[in-house]
Amino acid sequence: MKKTCLALASAVMLGAFATTPSSAETLKFAFQGTLNQVDPYSLNETFTLSSLGNVYEGLTRRNGELEIEPALAESWEVVEPNRWRFHLRKGVKFHNGNDFTAEDVVFSANRVRSEGSDLKTRIDPKTTVEVVDDYTVDFVLPGPNPILHYEWDTWYIMDKDWTEEHDAVSVTSASDTTPNYAALHANGTGPFKLESHEVGVKTTYTKNDDWWDTATHNLDTVEFTPIGSDATRVAALLSGELDLVYPIPVQDIKRVESNPDTSALTGPELRTIFLGMDQMRPELLYSDVKGKNPFQDVRVRKAVYQAIDIEGIVKKIMRNLAEPSALMISPFLYSRSDEFKRHPYDPDASKALLKEAGYEDGFSVGMDCPNDRYVNDEAICQAVASMLARVGIKVDLNAQPKAKYFAKVLASNGYDTSFYLLGWTPSSFDSWNVLANMLACRDEKGNGGAFNLGGYCNEKVDALMAEVLVENDPEKRDALIAEAFTIVHEEVGSIPLHQQGLAWGVSNKVDVVQRADNQFLFRFVTKN
Amino acid sequence: MTETSETPASKKAPSTMERLLDSDIFHAFLRSKVTIMAAAGTLILFLLAFLSPWIAPHDPFDLASLDVMNSYMPPAWIEGADPAFLLGTDDQGRDILSAIFYGMRISLIVGFCSVIFAALVGIGLGLIAGYMGGRIDALIMRVADVQLTFPAILIALLIDGAARGLFGSLDREVFSFWILIFSLSLSFWVQYARTVRGSTMVEKNKEYVQAARVIGIPSWIIMLRHILPNVTGPVMVIATINLALAIVTEATLSFLGVGMPITQPSLGTLISVGNDYLYSGEWWMAIFPGVALALLVLCVNLLGDWLRDALNPKLR
Repeated sequence: MKKTCLALASAVMLGAFATTPSSAETLKFAFQGTLNQVDPYSLNETFTLSSLGNVYEGLTRRNGELEIEPALAESWEVVEPNRWRFHLRKGVKFHNGNDFTAEDVVFSANRVRSEGSDLKTRIDPKTTVEVVDDYTVDFVLPGPNPILHYEWDTWYIMDKDWTEEHDAVSVTSASDTTPNYAALHANGTGPFKLESHEVGVKTTYTKNDDWWDTATHNLDTVEFTPIGSDATRVAALLSGELDLVYPIPVQDIKRVESNPDTSALTGPELRTIFLGMDQMRPELLYSDVKGKNPFQDVRVRKAVYQAIDIEGIVKKIMRNLAEPSALMISPFLYSRSDEFKRHPYDPDASKALLKEAGYEDGFSVGMDCPNDRYVNDEAICQAVASMLARVGIKVDLNAQPKAKYFAKVLASNGYDTSFYLLGWTPSSFDSWNVLANMLACRDEKGNGGAFNLGGYCNEKVDALMAEVLVENDPEKRDALIAEAFTIVHEEVGSIPLHQQGLAWGVSNKVDVVQRADNQFLFRFVTKN
Repeated sequence: MTETSETPASKKAPSTMERLLDSDIFHAFLRSKVTIMAAAGTLILFLLAFLSPWIAPHDPFDLASLDVMNSYMPPAWIEGADPAFLLGTDDQGRDILSAIFYGMRISLIVGFCSVIFAALVGIGLGLIAGYMGGRIDALIMRVADVQLTFPAILIALLIDGAARGLFGSLDREVFSFWILIFSLSLSFWVQYARTVRGSTMVEKNKEYVQAARVIGIPSWIIMLRHILPNVTGPVMVIATINLALAIVTEATLSFLGVGMPITQPSLGTLISVGNDYLYSGEWWMAIFPGVALALLVLCVNLLGDWLRDALNPKLR
């Protein structure tokens, strides 16, 4: 008995010694939500795209300051006004050993625009892609577009042969319940390989030794665990079990700061949190008003807007780690944003507007809200529900995890929502993206403003948007944007709430670049 | 009962009340100070819970009365507090004291309903199994055995998840309530069934049952009219202890986020919300509902324990 104990003990010791001397650095981190499909076209959401940005790469990428850098394309030029030529990097290999060539770019360009993709807006449907030679690709556009490549850092290039070999050419959408091979496995060119992926449990990445670029990180393995409970996530960081967790709840920032081994990284994020209303259907899906849609009446929309005490939300729920916003874009991304002022908080005006619109006794509406996507998202929705209750609008709140929330409200499920909370960071860091995705008219299938879930539509805004796209003079361009935003503001196309702040909890052993778009990329991490 | 108490006690048989006051159980009750305190505690908590719409200082379910500017207020005796909120407020500006009263009411209603449903299912199946015997008995009891191998909370989670998947689109506030009751009662019926079956098997061989059978009374009447009254003692004990258990299980489910929604919070939901604020020093949001839950369960449990001992002839 004693002998076996000794043997066991020495085995344990040996095991311990065997692992310690190697310099293998493992980074363990947690996020509040899960990583679902690993198909890079399934979901246009920052966490998913940022996770996959470690495995896949686009033709371009962005550095820590969000400036565009060459990635899979070494350089590009506009050869004719409507023809862009991309020179691809040579000698790049996918994780399975396949070569990266022009064929893969054409394949990815078609796949990203195919049925089920959530990133269709990355490339206009009328754009054609032509192979010039193995390492040169031309994009022929229907009209000039000076910001064509702004969003391409998150349009990841997939391996044509690998995808076809595994019968995964069709994209698994966010609402799909039968994921195909590409939704469960990944084969990119990026600095990390996807080692294993168990949805909702754990995802492991390992270093790609054959990466084309020089690695500035020193990680060998990265482990991701989703932790939904705020308190548990913070506890895991404080105990040293995890190296990085995000977001940390605003109320715990002080606690994380006061712990000698951890610190809180905070800063403004480029994300606007806003409320959207279904203005497209003749009758709301979730409401007691039948035969008409109250949100089609601008007075009702304005009443909702004015019923919301944004200062209260920012001060109490966000503990001032947010800025009230009058626009759908961050003030850091649009120079004239300080000209816009919110419609003032005024419950009496709100009640008067409802009365004028014929809803003196209020009405009820179902609200969709994620509870693990944005900072304090569910608490914000609850506060909105109680603020609206005070003017007579009864909100039936449906707060659920983001996987279920996105599967319900996005285009892939036919925009199944009447009233919703969403956050948006324009991935091109430019107002045109906001207009095109959130405020442009769309049809029922989502052609047009694909993320305009409420279907706000004003042809004048669409016309201005088209002008914005081709206008090269910054001043004129900003004026056009201002004109469009003014219309949306007056018509209350959506209700911007605030710019949320970033809050990451980081162990002092870890150095990391916190990008203002809340992307967490392992290549910017060093651990000692 | 009122009729019997009107008749003079000296002439006729003692009224129900007098019989109760003179019973062994009542004397046993008076002898145990802990039990008296537990009974008083239970009574007070029940009153607070069921009278909450009249005695609670605020209505935490009325969304229109909440003001986010009132959120995170500490209890009244701490600096920076508003005396209107005796035990402080939560993240939405809900008064914790009122939320506890209302939450306790939901916890108790869910507890009572699930105990009643579990007892109905368990007694019914136990009677049938014990009286019929044979294959029916074997079938029912094997199902019960299999279910006993799983912890009740797991069964409740399973039923809850399946039901939500099936009828997820219905009104959540009403729906969560019934799902909870359904899943809790389905996880607790086994104990009743086993106990009732055992007692039934003893009773059915007694002469009064045989006599009833001989004169041709149908089985179901024998079960309900003759056997059932003689097996209720143990059922009462189980029901009381199960009430405490059901309340705790409900709190656990709500804490895990599969119970009552935050718009209709039970004690478990309140603790779950407060749990997120333990690190930031807003302890009152979790502690007070926690203390309320502990008190409630302790009192009911003590009563149940005492009832078990009092009804056990061997311990008398």
